[in-house]
Amino acid sequence: MLHAVDLPNTWIGRARPRDAAARQAAGGGRFVDDLRFPRLVHVAFLRSPHAHARIGAIDTAAASALPGVVRIVRAEDLDPIMSPWTGVLAHFKGLKSAPQFPLGRGTAVFQGEPILAVVAETRAQAEDALALVQVDWHPLPAVTDPEAALAGAAIHAALGDNLAFTRTAETGGDLATAFAGAHRVVESRFSTARHTGVTLEPRGILADWNRAEARLTVHHGTQAPHMMKEIFAKHLALPEESVRVICPDVGGSFGVKVHVYPDDMATVAIAVLLGRPVKFVADRMESFTSDIHAREHRIHARMAVDADGRILALEVDDLTAIGPYSVYPRTSAVEGNQVVNISGGWYRVPAYRAHLRVAFTNKPPTCQYRAVGHPVAVAVTEGMADLAAEALGLDPAEFRRRNLIADDAYPTRAPSGILFEGLSHHRALARLLEIMDYDGLRAQQAQARAEGRHLGIGIACFVEIANPSAAFYGVGGAPISAQDGCTVRLEPGGAVTVASSITEQGQGTEAILQQIAADALGIDPARVRVITGDTERTPYGGGTWASRGAGIGGEACLQASRGLAENIRALAGAVLQADPQSLALAGGAVVDAATGALRMTLPDLGRLGYFRGDLLPPGVQPELSVTRHFQTKKFPFAFTNGCQGSLIELDPETGFITLKKHWVVEDCGTVINPMLVDEQVRGGVVQGIGGALYEECLYDTDGNLLNGTMADYLVPMAGEMPDIVVAHIATPTAESALGAKGAGEAGTAGAPAAIMNALNDALRPLSARLTDMPFTPKRVLDAIKHGRTHQ
Amino acid sequence: MKISISVNGEHVAVDVAPRMHLIDMLRDRLDLTGSHVGCEHGVCGACTILLDGVAVRGCLVLAVQADGCAVLTVEGMAQDARFDDLRAAFVAHNALQCGYCTPGMLAVAAELLDAGGTPDREAIRAHMSGNYCRCTGYQAIIDAVETVMKARA
Repeated sequence: MLHAVDLPNTWIGRARPRDAAARQAAGGGRFVDDLRFPRLVHVAFLRSPHAHARIGAIDTAAASALPGVVRIVRAEDLDPIMSPWTGVLAHFKGLKSAPQFPLGRGTAVFQGEPILAVVAETRAQAEDALALVQVDWHPLPAVTDPEAALAGAAIHAALGDNLAFTRTAETGGDLATAFAGAHRVVESRFSTARHTGVTLEPRGILADWNRAEARLTVHHGTQAPHMMKEIFAKHLALPEESVRVICPDVGGSFGVKVHVYPDDMATVAIAVLLGRPVKFVADRMESFTSDIHAREHRIHARMAVDADGRILALEVDDLTAIGPYSVYPRTSAVEGNQVVNISGGWYRVPAYRAHLRVAFTNKPPTCQYRAVGHPVAVAVTEGMADLAAEALGLDPAEFRRRNLIADDAYPTRAPSGILFEGLSHHRALARLLEIMDYDGLRAQQAQARAEGRHLGIGIACFVEIANPSAAFYGVGGAPISAQDGCTVRLEPGGAVTVASSITEQGQGTEAILQQIAADALGIDPARVRVITGDTERTPYGGGTWASRGAGIGGEACLQASRGLAENIRALAGAVLQADPQSLALAGGAVVDAATGALRMTLPDLGRLGYFRGDLLPPGVQPELSVTRHFQTKKFPFAFTNGCQGSLIELDPETGFITLKKHWVVEDCGTVINPMLVDEQVRGGVVQGIGGALYEECLYDTDGNLLNGTMADYLVPMAGEMPDIVVAHIATPTAESALGAKGAGEAGTAGAPAAIMNALNDALRPLSARLTDMPFTPKRVLDAIKHGRTHQ
Repeated sequence: MKISISVNGEHVAVDVAPRMHLIDMLRDRLDLTGSHVGCEHGVCGACTILLDGVAVRGCLVLAVQADGCAVLTVEGMAQDARFDDLRAAFVAHNALQCGYCTPGMLAVAAELLDAGGTPDREAIRAHMSGNYCRCTGYQAIIDAVETVMKARA
């Protein structure tokens, strides 16, 4: 059992500020682009200006002659160095994709695809040279619409068609009977827009090939250094021990930085080719055209309900467009697959059917981005819930109360069959309504409406996948570890060093590991030094993604720290001639467990253990470093749950939506640092709001990106964002002693649905409804106009 | 072109190409890598620095334009006690996660605080609204600035 927060010597559960925040605020951030190396050269890529085009002759003569140009690298130059890859996994039966190379050859299949690299002494010189490269392009028709893609010619002829993957899940009772016998049937289409991660630090990589040692060191802004090491070694045909991957500070990731990108791979191959350090940092235009995109979905859904307001059946049909390749090694089938897995997942749904089609198109590849598939599944489910409530004349909160899975029903399964360990939907909803003052808001809304103002109130319940087991990727053959490791070491002076395989991108990974180790070892977290992001200095593990850092890496740290505590007590017991069970660790010392009396300080013990073995009793070998690993086994995922509420005001004259306030109740199990969890939730909510209101990669029918700058692609800024109230319920997972689940994606999972429901609540008196994200002022005005016409 | 400039209180003379941006000079010629580059066209605010006390985008100012001026970057702010409360508030409120936007946020916040007065949250949000942060959702940043403003008032 973990102790309550108010006990001394307890760090789990405390809102402790992060050491890394102090370092960053003092200008001590050190990202890939901040690293300085002798003989470093810079690479810039020639990218296809066309969505689909045959690559003809390439003339590099003028570019080669520019001062500072070191080498111009063509696709075939890298063939002897690097092998291609294909983004498929065995457990996604039928998923297909084409081989992908570091530099495209033959035919370019999306705008932004790298086809040639210029290496120069400065990035500016490399870009100057790029401008002089002549390419004989032969544009081909581009397919940008998923329906057209499925009906048309294959982008990769060898694949036969553009259907990358399809899956149907059908569970429970007979769907047709349920719909035929329903009291009410509601149906709707939804769309979520293709958008992208927009990490403020663009992707960056610096590869250093040491010919004398035949060793590659890659400094990489990645979430998964051990995975990248495997991949670099495999595709460079190097023994694994020849590759080291180091993560410096990583400036936001959100899934963007966990994938294999051709330009990153090309940079590494070029470093091997040239035998010197090579750096690539994407500029913002490159980020928009070559970072993974996500969430281009069109959904049609139907829900059947009985006269008591209970769901009888749910049917979801999802068509998603992933670009021309399934991304390596996680694949681009996962997002749609999550929609199938998660839709309806918090309700009792006696009959469920979900159908997914994944189409290739000539736009940049899509892959996992924060809250993979959840924003889509939650928007569809909660949009349908509100429609059903409206058809029944029920308040949306009451409809949810009647249909949410009971808090005492666990373990149980989602409509799709996915297993849940323990969730708290009813308690979470009740808490949300309380912190929102839901009834008060409804009264305020009625008052405002009487005054001609249009307030909208929306709620959305949801689940979030966290702590995935090997069933997520490893089972399909990907070099992606579901386990993580942690080494905890006592230093001679009483400090503790923690080395963990989970990684830090600003969420506070290192801070929570400090707190976990400090808690188990009875020391001040300030005396815990944490090492992450280095394949040679940390145990092996998966890294940080899918909200797994705290739940899996945190548990490995807890177990290693407990193991070290036991070894410290054993050593102290031997020295003090005391039963180790009678000793405890507190205040940086070994104390008597019963009285708390000081027996020996940790510095005294450390010095004895490391320097004065001569004083130890015979046969006593101090073991002051302990490594433990952890992975989940009983449940494929540790689901979390929560609900969100949104209050908006709509201006029907301009179509503008003002976000007045947002509320979240989140159950992520044990909370290690409540401040950091709240900030994960808030940041996640704002990212979800981005998808709901602003963000869309706009393409014309030829596959040209129309808004590839930050001036044109809108992201949430401080001025438009609401204050966000966060409250917690804790249902710890029993799979670990720590009990933590994940908190990184809940905000993003639920926010778009809450905003959509609030908007439609405000639009209802105008007979208008909108389910196509983002909800731009133009779309809002069009919906109002359409509503007026059809009144 | 030879320019002469005060950077974080130190006098430096640099020979730069006319096309070089101030932020590139600071990062690549002076190795002051604390300021970060996010979009290179003045939208994201990551490279915001103080130029003669005014918050400017380092990517929209040419190095030659800063000839004879005083530049203050996050490294300089960290050595200057006038900003200790602001930095401490950012840490206490966790007003940063990855930290990439932070040097720019601090410069813009410092400018607002220097102007005096007691703007409300909405006004603080509006002032900070030219700087993009993908991690925090902004609330903690606004909280930090508001805390310092109230403490200084």
